[in-house]
Amino acid sequence: MRTLTLAAAGIAACLIALPVSAQETATETPTEVPQETPKETTTAEEVPAAQETPQETASSRIQEIATPGGLTAWLVEEHAIPIVTVQIQFDGGARVDEPGKEGAVNLATALIEEGAGDMDNQDFAARLDDINSSIGFGASRDSFSVSVGSLSENIAETMDLLRIALTDPLFTDEAIERVREQILSGLRSAKKNPQSLAGKQWYAAMFGDASYATPVSGSIETVTALTRDDVLAAYDRMVATARMKIGVVGDIDAQTLAALLDDTFGTLAEGETLDKTPVTVRETGGLVVIEEDVPQSSVVLGHRGILRDDPDYIPAYVMNYVLGGGGLTSRLTDEVREKKGLAYSVYSYLYPLDRAGLYMGGVATANERVAESLELIQQEWARMADGGLTAEELEGAKKYLTGAFALRFDSNAKIASFLVGAQSADLPIDYIDTRNGEVEAVTLEDVARVAERLLQPENLFVVVVGKPENLKSADTLADGIGG
Amino acid sequence: MALALPAGAEPVVSDFTLDNGMRAVVIEDHRAPVVTHMVWYRVGSADEPPGKTGIAHYLEHLMFKGTDTIAPGQFSKIIAENGGQDNAFTSRDYTAYFQRIAKDRLGLVMSMEADRMRNVNIRQEDIVAERDVVIEERNSRTDNNPAGRFREQYMAALYLNHAYGIPVIGWREEIMALDRDDALEFYERFYAPNNAILIVAGDVTPDEVRALADEHYAPIESVDLPESVRGTEPPHLAARRLTMVDERVAQDSLWRGYLAPSYVTDGDTAAALGILSDVLSGGTTRRLPKMLTLETDLALYAGAYFSGMARDLGEFAFYAAPKGDTTLVELEGALDWMIADLLENGITEEELARAKKASIAAEIYAQDSQSSMARQYGAALAIGLELDDIQNWRDRLDAVTTEDVMDAARAILVPERSVTGFLMKPKTEEGADG
Repeated sequence: MRTLTLAAAGIAACLIALPVSAQETATETPTEVPQETPKETTTAEEVPAAQETPQETASSRIQEIATPGGLTAWLVEEHAIPIVTVQIQFDGGARVDEPGKEGAVNLATALIEEGAGDMDNQDFAARLDDINSSIGFGASRDSFSVSVGSLSENIAETMDLLRIALTDPLFTDEAIERVREQILSGLRSAKKNPQSLAGKQWYAAMFGDASYATPVSGSIETVTALTRDDVLAAYDRMVATARMKIGVVGDIDAQTLAALLDDTFGTLAEGETLDKTPVTVRETGGLVVIEEDVPQSSVVLGHRGILRDDPDYIPAYVMNYVLGGGGLTSRLTDEVREKKGLAYSVYSYLYPLDRAGLYMGGVATANERVAESLELIQQEWARMADGGLTAEELEGAKKYLTGAFALRFDSNAKIASFLVGAQSADLPIDYIDTRNGEVEAVTLEDVARVAERLLQPENLFVVVVGKPENLKSADTLADGIGG
Repeated sequence: MALALPAGAEPVVSDFTLDNGMRAVVIEDHRAPVVTHMVWYRVGSADEPPGKTGIAHYLEHLMFKGTDTIAPGQFSKIIAENGGQDNAFTSRDYTAYFQRIAKDRLGLVMSMEADRMRNVNIRQEDIVAERDVVIEERNSRTDNNPAGRFREQYMAALYLNHAYGIPVIGWREEIMALDRDDALEFYERFYAPNNAILIVAGDVTPDEVRALADEHYAPIESVDLPESVRGTEPPHLAARRLTMVDERVAQDSLWRGYLAPSYVTDGDTAAALGILSDVLSGGTTRRLPKMLTLETDLALYAGAYFSGMARDLGEFAFYAAPKGDTTLVELEGALDWMIADLLENGITEEELARAKKASIAAEIYAQDSQSSMARQYGAALAIGLELDDIQNWRDRLDAVTTEDVMDAARAILVPERSVTGFLMKPKTEEGADG
C-alpha cells in the first residue's frame, strides 16, 4: 500500500529525533544532498555502515559463499517473503577523490542510473519498473554502495540490469550537466542549513588537507569544475572487485546466487585493496562561532577517537552508550534535556572511519542557552573521563546493548546491511554469536581506562552555527564561553 | 501488463476487540524473536481545544515522565534495561506509543503501557523543562528552516476552517502557554481503552497476544468520549496564493496543493488519486520528472503526492524547483500546461497498469519491515479504516479504471480548491552563491 505508507509517513512530531527524512512531508530532496554529519541513528551503531544487526543462532544462518569466479559473499536464506535484498559495498568512496576533484565519486555515483549499455535513463528506469525492482547507488566517505531489491522471481533479470549499469555506464554530457545542477543546488542549500554548515566546518578543521576534510558531494568550486574525464577516472577508482563486499538476504539459494554473482560482476576490474594508513587528525581544541540569523544554534563537537579494530572499541562503545549514545537514558540527555530543557536532541557517538577514528557529539539549543549547554556537555565529558561508569550504569548498559542486539536483525534490509558492514570492518562470520559475550566481558576498570584514554574535555573542538549569546570564537571551549 | 505477482505474499493478520472497546491487531512475522508493540490513541492535533495548539504533542512528551508506580525518569530506562527501544509520535488524527523488544518481554511492555493509559504522573517540576524541550523541537523542525515555516503557512491556507490547518507541534505562542492542567485535561478526556488500538507485530501468535491483552488492558474501564470539534470545511471558492521571501532560502521552490477527500471519506476517489500520483510522479519515467526535468529542462526536480491517510480530508499536491534562469512563474505555467493536458487527454491504460503494479509490489516489499507494517495497520485503524479496507486494497485498486482516475482528477484539480505557494530567496541574492 505504497500510497498509504507515503502519506502516513510525514506529519508526525515525535518524542526523540528521527532521521531528517522522516520530518517533512514530501519535500523531495535530490539524492545528492550533502550529509555533512552522520545522523545519530546510523552512527550510534556499533558496526559502521550497518544500521542494525540479528541474534539467536544467527551465525549458523550466515553462509559464506565462494563463487567459481573467485568472489566472496555472505548469504542469509530467508524464504518467508518472496523478495531478495542484495547489498554491495566497495571500500573507497569519496576518499578516493583526488585533490581538487572532490565530489567526483559522488557525481559518478549519481550518474550510474542515468544510462548504461543501449539504455538511456528512461529505458533503464522502465526496465526496472517492468519487473518492480529497485537498484540504488550511494557514495559515502569510505564507500560506494549499491542496494538491490527484487522479487525473487525477477532476481536474475535485476542483476543483469545491475551488470549493465556497472560495466557500461554512459556518463553522457547531458546527464552530467543535469545531475551536476542538482548537486550544486544541494550544496547551495547546505550553505544555508545550520546543521550542514556546522558539520562542514568541523570536518574541514579536523582534517586539514586530507580528503575527509571535504563533504562527500564536494564543494561548489570543485563540482562546477568537474569534467567527464574526471567522472570516468573517479569511476575507475571506485569500482574494484578486490574491495567489494556482498551481503544477500532473502528467497534465494547459495548455488543460484553464486552463479548470478559471477555473471554480474565477472567482468569488473579486480583493482587493489586500499591503504588504510591513518591520516592526521587535529589534536587541539577550540571554538568556532559562525554567525547565522536563526533562533536555534546548531553545534557539532568532538575530537580524535579510535578505529574500529582498536581493542578498546567495545568498552568505548559501552561507555558512549551511557555518555550520549543511549537516547533518553544517557547522561547528556539527562543533564541537558531532562533536567534543564535546553535541547530536544543532544548526543555523542563513536565514528570510526577507515583512516581516522572520531569521537563526536552534537546539540541544538536556543541561542540564549548554547553557552549553558556547552558547559554542561564539557562537564559530562570530564566527569566520564575522571570516573567512568557506576556499577549500576554498566549493568544497565550491558542489559540494553545485549538485549537490543536482536532488534538489528528483524528485516532482510537490516541483515543485508549488517552483512556488508561486518565484512568491511573485517569482523569474523561468527561475530553475531560472540558480540554479546564481548559486551558482557567489559569491566568498570576497562571503561574507566578507555574513558580516560579517549575523552579529552579540554581538547573538544566545537563549531556553533547560529547567533549564540555569551559565546565567541576562541582557542579553547572554556575561553569561548562567556565571551 | 498483467497484475500477476508471486503467491504466498500475504501478511498473516488477525484482530480482536476487548469488552472495554479496545481494538487489537496482530501481524505475525516469525523471522526474528522480537516484537513491535504499539498503542494508538484516536486523538491528535486536530482534536485540540481552541487556543491550546500543541497540547496533543506536549502530552505525548509528558507521558514518559512516569506513573503512580513507575518513578519519574524510569519509564524508558526500564524498557532499555530490558533490551528494548521506545518512542512515540503525534499526528493530526492520532498519537502512538511503541516499544521494540524481545518477544518474551511483551507482557512487561503491555503492563507499562496499560499503566500509563490511566495513571500517568506529571509533576509540576517536569512541566517547564519539557515545554522548553518542545520549543527546541519546534526550532529544529520548523523555525530554523524556511521550508518548515513556509509549510505551516501553506497548510493554514489550504484548510479554511478544519483543524488540519494547525501545525501538529502547535503554534509557538500557544505552546509557551500550555500547562499541567491543559495536559491532564486532554489526557483524561481522550486516553482510554475505547479510544485506543493495540498493534502487535512480530514473533507472536494471536492467542498469546489475546491472553496478555486480557491480563493488562481488559481491566481498564472505558470512558465517555467527547464529540469531535474539528470544524467543517466550507466550499472553497477562491484560489489562494502565497509568496514567502526569505534570506535563508537557497533554492526557490513551487508548491501547489488541492483539497481532496481522504481514504476514509471517499475511498474510491482516494484510490484513484493514489494511482494518479504514481502516474505523475512515481519514478523518473513518470510524467512530471520526464516533462519538467528531461524534456523541457525547466526543473531541477518535480513531483506530486497524494496525502489521503487522514480521517477527514486529504491533499493532492505538486512541487518543483526551477532550474537555471527559469522563474517560478514560468515553472508554474509549465505545471499548469501539464495539468491541462492531463485533464484534456487523460491517462493511458499502460500508465494505469504500471501504477497498479508498482503499488502491489510496494506492498510485498513493505512486509520486510515489522515496524512499518505495524505503523501501516495502526494508522489505518486510527483514522477509521477497517481491516477489510486494507485486506481488500488490492481488489479495490484493481477495479480502478482510467475513467475513474480522470473523474477524480477533474473533480479535484480545479483552481478554487488550490493553494499555490512560492518559496523564494531575495531577488538580489540571485547568482550570489559562490
